[in-house]
Amino acid sequence: MKLTREEVREVAYLSRIEMTDEELDRMTGQLGAILDYADMLNELDIEGVEPTSHVIPMKNVMREDVVKESCGVEKALMNAPDRFGDFFRVPKVIDEGEGH
Amino acid sequence: MKYEPVIGIEVHAQLKTDSKLFCGCSTGFAAAPNHHVCPVCLGLPGTLPVLNRKAIEYVVRTCIALECEVSPASRFARKNYYYPDLPKAYQISQYELPIGRNGKLTVRAGGKEKTIRIHRIHLEEDAGKLVHDASGGSCVDYNRTGIPLMEIVTEADVRSSEEAVAYLTSLRSILQYIGVCGANMEKGEMRCEPNISVRPVGAEEFGTKTEMKNLNSFRAVRLGVDFEIERQIDAIENGERIVQETRRWDEATQTTQTMRSKERAHDYRYFPDPDLVPVEVSASVLERIRAKAPELPEPRRVRFISQYGLPEYDAEVLTGTKAMADFFERAAAIHNDPKAVSNWIMTELMGCLNESGKTIDECLVTVEDFTALLGLMGKGVISARMGKDVFKDMFASGRPPAEIIKEKGLEQMNDEIAISEAVEKVIADNPGPAADFRAGKKQAAGFLVGQVMRLTGGKANPKIVGRIIEEKLLSE
Amino acid sequence: MELCTKTASELIGMLRAGEIDPIDIVDSTFKRINDKEPDVKAFIVTLEEGARARAEELKDADRSLPLYGIPVAVKDNMCMRGAQTTCGSKILTPYEPPYDATVVEKLKAAGAVIVGKTNMDEFAMGSSCEWSAHHPTRNPWDLERAPGGSSGGSAAAVAACECSMSLGSDTGGSIRQPASLCGVVGMKPTYGAVSRYGLVAFASSLDQIGPFARDVRDCAMLLDVICGHDPKDSTSIDREPPDHVAALDAGAEGMTIGMIKDLFGEGVEPGVRERVSDAAGVFEKMGAKIKQIEMPIVKYALPAYYLIAPAEASSNLARYDGVQYGMREDADDIVSMYRKTRRAGFGSEVKRRIMLGTYALSAGYYDAYYLRALKVRTLIVKEFEKAFSECDILMSPTSPSTAFKLNEKIDDPLAMYMMDICTIPVNLAGLPGMSIPCGLSDGLPVGLQLIGPTLGEQALLRAARAFEIGSGICGMIPGEKTD
Ligand SMILES: [Mg+2]
Ligand SMILES: [Zn+2]
Repeated sequence: MKLTREEVREVAYLSRIEMTDEELDRMTGQLGAILDYADMLNELDIEGVEPTSHVIPMKNVMREDVVKESCGVEKALMNAPDRFGDFFRVPKVIDEGEGH
Repeated sequence: MKYEPVIGIEVHAQLKTDSKLFCGCSTGFAAAPNHHVCPVCLGLPGTLPVLNRKAIEYVVRTCIALECEVSPASRFARKNYYYPDLPKAYQISQYELPIGRNGKLTVRAGGKEKTIRIHRIHLEEDAGKLVHDASGGSCVDYNRTGIPLMEIVTEADVRSSEEAVAYLTSLRSILQYIGVCGANMEKGEMRCEPNISVRPVGAEEFGTKTEMKNLNSFRAVRLGVDFEIERQIDAIENGERIVQETRRWDEATQTTQTMRSKERAHDYRYFPDPDLVPVEVSASVLERIRAKAPELPEPRRVRFISQYGLPEYDAEVLTGTKAMADFFERAAAIHNDPKAVSNWIMTELMGCLNESGKTIDECLVTVEDFTALLGLMGKGVISARMGKDVFKDMFASGRPPAEIIKEKGLEQMNDEIAISEAVEKVIADNPGPAADFRAGKKQAAGFLVGQVMRLTGGKANPKIVGRIIEEKLLSE
Repeated sequence: MELCTKTASELIGMLRAGEIDPIDIVDSTFKRINDKEPDVKAFIVTLEEGARARAEELKDADRSLPLYGIPVAVKDNMCMRGAQTTCGSKILTPYEPPYDATVVEKLKAAGAVIVGKTNMDEFAMGSSCEWSAHHPTRNPWDLERAPGGSSGGSAAAVAACECSMSLGSDTGGSIRQPASLCGVVGMKPTYGAVSRYGLVAFASSLDQIGPFARDVRDCAMLLDVICGHDPKDSTSIDREPPDHVAALDAGAEGMTIGMIKDLFGEGVEPGVRERVSDAAGVFEKMGAKIKQIEMPIVKYALPAYYLIAPAEASSNLARYDGVQYGMREDADDIVSMYRKTRRAGFGSEVKRRIMLGTYALSAGYYDAYYLRALKVRTLIVKEFEKAFSECDILMSPTSPSTAFKLNEKIDDPLAMYMMDICTIPVNLAGLPGMSIPCGLSDGLPVGLQLIGPTLGEQALLRAARAFEIGSGICGMIPGEKTD
C-alpha cells in the first residue's frame, strides 16, 4: 500500500493540522516508511483471532446516578483563550459537513 | 409516474437521569452558561468518563418496550470530529455494539395497523450549545455537554408523513410511560431526524436520500416530510438529480433548505473507547428490569375497557398519555363511577387543556379537587350546569371546588318549603301556562321550571322544582 | 553524605527518629537542584516556595505517614493544582489544571513534598526527552547523552539526586527505558493498578503511571502509595492492593526466571547483552532457576504498537484545538484557527503520530492497520500467558543500548522507535515490568528488565531486591564510586 501525498493532505485536514507542500512531502516519506515497517504484521496469521482493546478483562464499571457539585464557571473558564461573559468565545463557525 | 416515499427515522431522546452520562454534573435546566460543568464533561486533559448506571437501565427499559434484542455485551466507541461544542473533539457513542437491535413498534395510521421495525437503540452523550454573537464569532456553552441521549433508529419502513407522525406519537407515549424521557419535542427532549427518499412505485432500489433537521413539533414533521417528498418528486420529474445532503426545515417559509452537502465525506474514525469497559446486560439483570417495567399504553388501553367498562374510544383517548391515564385511574379510585370520571375528563378537563394549550402536567386541578367536584354534583349540592362553571374556575385558579361554591353562593337550593313558595308564586303569576299544564300540555312544565329557576337565581334543584310543580297543579 | 543522596527509606528513618526535619531535606534538595539543574535540566518547573511551605506544614503532621517529608518530582503530564501542566508541549503553554490527579492527591496525603514537574518528550511521545518543547534533558552520567524518554526528566532528577523519587508514565517503555539509561530503578505496574485519572492521555489502553527510585525498596514504597482502585478511572482494577514493601525480602530462591531469547539478538549492544547475561548468573547464585524462553511474537510488538498507540493518540490529542485552554493562533474562522493552532502548537514527532493514527483509523484502512494490530496484540497476550505458565517472571535487557548521544537519532524516527523494542511488548500485554541497574558498560548504566504476570508486582520486586543483594549493585550515583 503506497501512501500518496494527496492521501496525506487529506489526513492532515482530518487532523486539523496545517501543512505546506514541502511538509506534506516529508510527512509522506516518513509515514510511508513507518507503514512499510508495519506491513511486517501481514506475516502473521490472524485468522479467527479476536482483537484486544482491553487487556484486563473488565466489564460493567458504573457509577450511581448521583449529582455532584459542578466545578463552577470561573474554574471552567480560568484557562480560556477568549471569553465573553460566561461563554468561551471562538472565531466564526463555518460548517464543514461535520458537527451534528 | 407514481412515486413512493421511503422514510427512516432517527430519534434522539434525552434520558431523564439526574446526572450526566459520564460525570456527576446536573442535567437540570440551567439558566447561566457553563454552570453545569466539571473537568470531566469539559474534557479537560487527564479526565476520564465513568458510566451512569441509570442511563443503561433506561435504555434497556426502552429496548424491552420496543421488543429489541438486548446485546449481552455492548461497548462505547469514539466518534471523532472537530466542532467547538464538542470539548474532547470526539463524542462518546456506540457503533459496532449498540445496546438494542431488531425491535418493532406497531402504530395505527389511516385506520390501519403498521409495524415499523427498529434497527438499533444506542446510548451517547450530547454536545454543547453554540450561540452566535454580534461580532460574527460564536460563544460556547457546555451545560448540555454529556447529557445522556438515546438514539433510536428505524428501518426505512415509513411510507408517509402520517405514518411518521403516528410512529413519533406512539414512541413519545411509550417513552413517557416507561419514565425514561420527557419526550417533549418543543423542549428538545425528543429530536427527530427523518431521512427521506422517493422511488417509482414498484421499484426495488432506494432513491438518493436527504436527512432533515430542525423539526420541533409533530406539525413540523408532517409539513416537512410532505414538503420534502413533493420537492424530490418535482426534482426527479424535472430531470434533476437528488443530492445526498442534510436539509433544514424552515418554519418561516415552510420549506426545507440545504444545510450542508456531504461532498467532503465524513470520516468519523470510530474505534472502541479505551477509557470505558464493555457493558454486559446479563439475563438476570434483564429480567429484573423487565419485572419492574411499567405498563405500556396498549395493554393499559385494553385493561381500561375490561376493568372500568369504558367504551373503546374513551380508553384510547385516556391512555394517549401516561399522565392522563394516571389522572383517570387515581380519580376513578376515589370517585367510584368510572364512566362519570371519564366523561368529565374527556369533555371538561380536556376542553380546558385544549383551550389553554396546557398539558395535564401543568394543570392546576388536583385529582382530589376534581373528584370532590364530582362528589358535590352527585350529592346534588350543585347542579351539573353549575359544576361546569365551577370547574372552569378551578382550572384557572387551582382553588378547591367547595371554596368557589361557597364564595359565589352556588349551593343548590334543596329546601322543599322554599321551593314550594317559589312555585306558588310562579303559578300565581303565570295562570296561562299553569292552565295549559293542567290541561295535559306537558311542555308547559318546562316554562314553569325555568321561571322558578330564574326566581331562585338558578339555585333551585330542578328535579325538586319539577316534582313540586306536578304535585301542585295535578293534585288540585 | 548530603541528605539529598540518601534513599527515601534512610530519610524516613532519620525523620522518625527526630534527627532531621522535612525542612532540612528541602534545603539539601534545592541546594542540589540549584547545583545540578543548569547542566541536567530535568525539570520544567521547580516548586521551591511550595515545597518550603509544605515542609513547614509537615512539622506538625503525623511522622508515620508513608512518605513523610520525602521530596518527590512529578512528570509534567500529571495534573496538579497551582502549577502548570504542559506535557512538554507548546500547545499547553500556558495551562493550569483546576484539579489534582489521583496520584498527586495520594502523594500529598502520604506526606510527600512535591519539588517540581519534570521534563518529558512532548505528550510522552519519544525515547530521548529531546522532543520536549522546553529544552532537552541531559543524562547525569554523561551530559552529552540523552537520559532516555519520555520520562527522561523524572529519571534524570532521581539519578542526579535532585529528589529521592519521582513519578513517570510508561506507554511503551517511557519509565523503564530512561530508568535503564540513567541507572535508576523504574517500574511500570500492571495496567489498571495505578489510577490514570489526571494523567494526560497519550494512548489510553497502554498508559500507566509508575515510580522511579534509587533502589528497589524505595520503588516499592512509592508503589504502595500510588496504587489502588480509583472510582474515577473505569479501567482501574478493583481490589485491595497488597503490601509491596512487605513482599521485598522473600528472596529469589526457587523462582523460575525466563530469559526471552528473542530480546538478546540483533540490535542489542554487546555490552548490554553481557551485563544482562551476568545478571542471570546473579539470579542463579541467589537460588533461582534460569530458563531460556522463545517468544518469536515479540518482534511484532513494535509495529503493532506504532499503529495502536498513534491511533489512540490521534483521538486523545484532538482536544488541543485552542477553544477552551492552551495556546490559540488567531484566525477568521474556526477551521483555520484549529489548523493554525495545531500547526504551531505541536512538535514534529507529535504531528507524525497524530497523522499516522488518523490514517490507521480512517475509512478503508481501519481493518488493514488498526484492527490487524489489535489482533496481533491478542497473540502477544497469549504468548506471555504461555511463558508465565512455565516461569514466575521473565527477563531481558530494558533497552538495546546504553545512553545514546543527544541528536543522534532525532532525524530517524524508526531508529528512535527501536529503543523501545524490549519494553513495548509489556505494555501491549498490560503486564508489570521494571528496570533495575545491572552494572555499567563503558561507564554508562545498563538496565535489566524484569517482567511479571498480571498483578505480579510482588514477584518482580522480590526478584529485583534479591538481585540488589546478590550483585551489590544498588543506589548507583553518577560521579561517585560504585562497587
Ligand atoms: Mg447520534
Ligand atoms: Zn461534568
